[in-house]
Amino acid sequence: MIWLTWRQSRIQVAVAGSAALAFAAALLLTGPHLADAYAQDAHSFLAWVSAQRSDRTLYDIGILAGFVLPALVGAFWGAPMVAREIEAGTHRLVWTQSVTRDRWLGTKVGLGLLGAMVAAGVVALGLSWWAHPIDQVVNLTGGSDGGNILGVPRILPDVFAARGLAPIGYAAIAFAFGVLAGAVLRRTVPAMAVTVAAYVLLQVFMPGLVRTHLVGAHATTTPITAETLHGFRGRGPDRIDDLLIDVDTPGAWVRSTRTVLASGKKVGTYPFWVSTCLPPPGTEPAEPGAREQSCFDRLASAGYGEQVIYHPASQYWALQWRETGVLLAGTGLLVAASFWRVRRLT
Amino acid sequence: MIWLTWRQFRVNALVVYAALLAVVAALALTGPHLADVYDQSASTFLDWIATRRLDQSLYVVGTVGGFVVPALIGAFWGAPMIARELEAGTHRLAWSQTVTRDRWLATKLGLGLVGASTAGAVLGLATTWWAHPVDKAVGARTDSDVSSIFQVARLSPQLFASRGVAPIGYAALAFVIGVLAGAVIRRTVPAMAVTLAAYVVIQIVMPNFVRPHLATPVDTSTKIAAGSIHGIMGRGPDGPIERIDVGSAHPGAWVLTNQTVDANGATVHSFGKWVTDCLGPPPGTDKGSQTDAAQKQACYDRLASEGYRQHLSYQPAGSYWALQWRETGVLLAGAALLCGACFWRVRRLS
Amino acid sequence: MNAVISTAGLGKRYRRRWALTDCTLDVPAGKVVGLVGPNGAGKTTLLSMAVGMLAPTTGTIEVLGGRPASGPEQLAKVGYVAQDTPTYTGLTVDEHLRLGAALNPRWDDAVARDRIRRLGVDPAQRAGRLSGGQRAQLALTLGIAKRPELLVLDEPVASLDPLARREFLQDLMEAVAEHEMSVVLSSHLVSDLERVCDHLIVLVDSRVQVAGDIDDLLATHHRLTGPRRDPETLPADQQVISASHTDRQSTLLVRTEAPVLDPAWSVDQLGLEDLVLAYMSGARDVARDERPAFEVLS
Repeated sequence: MIWLTWRQSRIQVAVAGSAALAFAAALLLTGPHLADAYAQDAHSFLAWVSAQRSDRTLYDIGILAGFVLPALVGAFWGAPMVAREIEAGTHRLVWTQSVTRDRWLGTKVGLGLLGAMVAAGVVALGLSWWAHPIDQVVNLTGGSDGGNILGVPRILPDVFAARGLAPIGYAAIAFAFGVLAGAVLRRTVPAMAVTVAAYVLLQVFMPGLVRTHLVGAHATTTPITAETLHGFRGRGPDRIDDLLIDVDTPGAWVRSTRTVLASGKKVGTYPFWVSTCLPPPGTEPAEPGAREQSCFDRLASAGYGEQVIYHPASQYWALQWRETGVLLAGTGLLVAASFWRVRRLT
Repeated sequence: MIWLTWRQFRVNALVVYAALLAVVAALALTGPHLADVYDQSASTFLDWIATRRLDQSLYVVGTVGGFVVPALIGAFWGAPMIARELEAGTHRLAWSQTVTRDRWLATKLGLGLVGASTAGAVLGLATTWWAHPVDKAVGARTDSDVSSIFQVARLSPQLFASRGVAPIGYAALAFVIGVLAGAVIRRTVPAMAVTLAAYVVIQIVMPNFVRPHLATPVDTSTKIAAGSIHGIMGRGPDGPIERIDVGSAHPGAWVLTNQTVDANGATVHSFGKWVTDCLGPPPGTDKGSQTDAAQKQACYDRLASEGYRQHLSYQPAGSYWALQWRETGVLLAGAALLCGACFWRVRRLS
Repeated sequence: MNAVISTAGLGKRYRRRWALTDCTLDVPAGKVVGLVGPNGAGKTTLLSMAVGMLAPTTGTIEVLGGRPASGPEQLAKVGYVAQDTPTYTGLTVDEHLRLGAALNPRWDDAVARDRIRRLGVDPAQRAGRLSGGQRAQLALTLGIAKRPELLVLDEPVASLDPLARREFLQDLMEAVAEHEMSVVLSSHLVSDLERVCDHLIVLVDSRVQVAGDIDDLLATHHRLTGPRRDPETLPADQQVISASHTDRQSTLLVRTEAPVLDPAWSVDQLGLEDLVLAYMSGARDVARDERPAFEVLS
């Protein structure tokens, strides 16, 4: 049975395996040189590596691969695994050998899961090893947001699911979902489409609905001062909805920032005088004058503070492990459903 | 034949168009508001929109969609179109009706191409309409920093292929690649994989090797203006300096090359240690002192006297639509060529 | 002769393997022609070329005076039901009829609907949910309602049970009687062909071993049983198809126009099945090792 499964999937394994190995080789070749540059000068390292086109491209490819690989594994390995046999009627051939359906599915799913997780692990853990110096800099300085993906802290949803352990879990669950979709729909192409759609939904909803609850977020309240306030958001000078406040949480995943009173109550509307805390638009930003200073004093005496809810950089591996665990648990459920479904197939 | 093709195709078409419709509706609902805000205050528009999470998500969805939809169309519409008939043997049923293979294929390709191009057009043009204020604001910028996706110029490779009319060409080409792959490989799933791989290759080849040559780039070689150096790239504080990063004041342009040349016009790959003075003291130290300013000026003077100039080659923002139409033309020509290959192949199928 | 299919030196190669070599035959018009032969004889390849699914590697083939599948007129004249009776699994029976009506200029909708009604198939049923026999009937309905001059059926009954097979063939006969078309039908089940065909072609290893009207074939073939003797000593007009010998007795299968007069033989009439088997095994023996059909035992 193992031989048959291998024989049926060796081309896919060869294609995916050679792509993953090529990528791993590229990482191995360039990784030491990144670590050297970091050891020489950590301060300018991020700027330097951002200017290295090949390194940036490699990182881009790695992040993209971390997101796309599970989708491909689910659609091209998982979905056809049972569906193609049913479409071609070959499941009847196999089931009439001296092989129970459970063993048949068990071997297929077992080998497939192994392959999917190894492929994702090679890419994602390889990338994490490679990007270690970058993470150190970013966690120290906060990196830079937008534009340059190298400066994005690894805990942010932009890159979280493409690095570390999580892609292993995503690859496993996408694969298991593909198998189940194939067994239920009994046709390959629709099963592939459903698998891709389900994977996209999972990626969209995972950060907000699941990830943030896996580890308790930290909450701190900081006073509003001239150093931290850098803007307003609102519908006009008299109608301020939100303050834009710099919070010093390098490498953290900020879930929300909101202005609270000393009692901890959220501030809904701001008093009109808040707009005097910043110099009027058009003037040069300078040291706060008397008008601005009195505004800040008033804020402080009224008990205004900025509350930040965030996951600090140190929670990264806890989040990674738990998210992977959740995904693997989901994989287990989907695999069980596949067994249930296959026993009822005709 | 049109009825049969439509009957086989309608579920595919409905799924994709329903998703597109949702995106377009979201764009249509939020677009007018963006335009209003821009009209009220154009100068702060980009700062304002950078804080709008929903708009940002929508913009990302539109952009990613522009790249992904042609791939999905190629893999899920194109590849199964013939491969599934060959797998199920139903091509023998179809071909034994009073329908020539040419007509059979032409109807399939025709309907599929119309569907694919329409999907590409809807997505590309809807995003373009929505992002019109963003494009205007980006075009009016004076610096070239990119700290949010809304500051990316629409000419840059990150956005170009997913906006305007280019998605029409990409969707059409991806679809025909899928059909051809299915006719050659005769099996659906491998044909889908090959289609995706081919599409990725095309998305890499176009911006790197084709698009820069579709319109003649503007070449300038200018004196390095005082204060225009953003950064200095070297190996650590004591290592050699390999590159100086000079800002370009061409808002909305797509910069192809930006490198320093010496008096002979040769590209400079290593600089003397003195160029660090052009940056001034590292941030955080006492700024604005007289000696630093003088040192900085001396550095720029020395750059000028050594004959260093900054060579810039770029596609100006004004070339956007010319590049869009030409790229679409190239892609459609490729699609037409592959259509020919499909006919050739199907005549030889059994 | 008025031929619906006429081939000369026809050959087809798939990569390195020849599926059909140097096949020359004529299929007469206005008859139900059975094409019979062992697996791998090239029946499917020949029929696929006749309907234009395949292009010949060598030689020529002419169907109803034209090149197969050369254009809409030619396609309209030839109906075809492929070996696995393909249907679109996602389309309903009704949609298949609609498909036929849309794609064929001479479509006879009344015939199609009538057949479907008689079969007792729900028109709203998806083809993928039909039984193998119903699917074959649906495919045949499409072929018949197209009103072709020539209907080509490639082992249409192979997947059917004996009852369904009989009904299918009976249906076919009725349709032929009603619509006056030529039919070419391949099978390796001689008993089926015997029931419906009036002309038979035995194809073994791309060669036509024998072809003729079934009545003629039966009238000119005899089984001779008698004391052991060398087949070489038979009269010149008696062609030996196969021979088997025991120590004392010889059994010969001969073809002759004239009556067998030698009193040493007891003469039996042949069944069609025996006749076909004799041609198939005779040809195979020759093909296997070019050994003469008779060995002299010392």
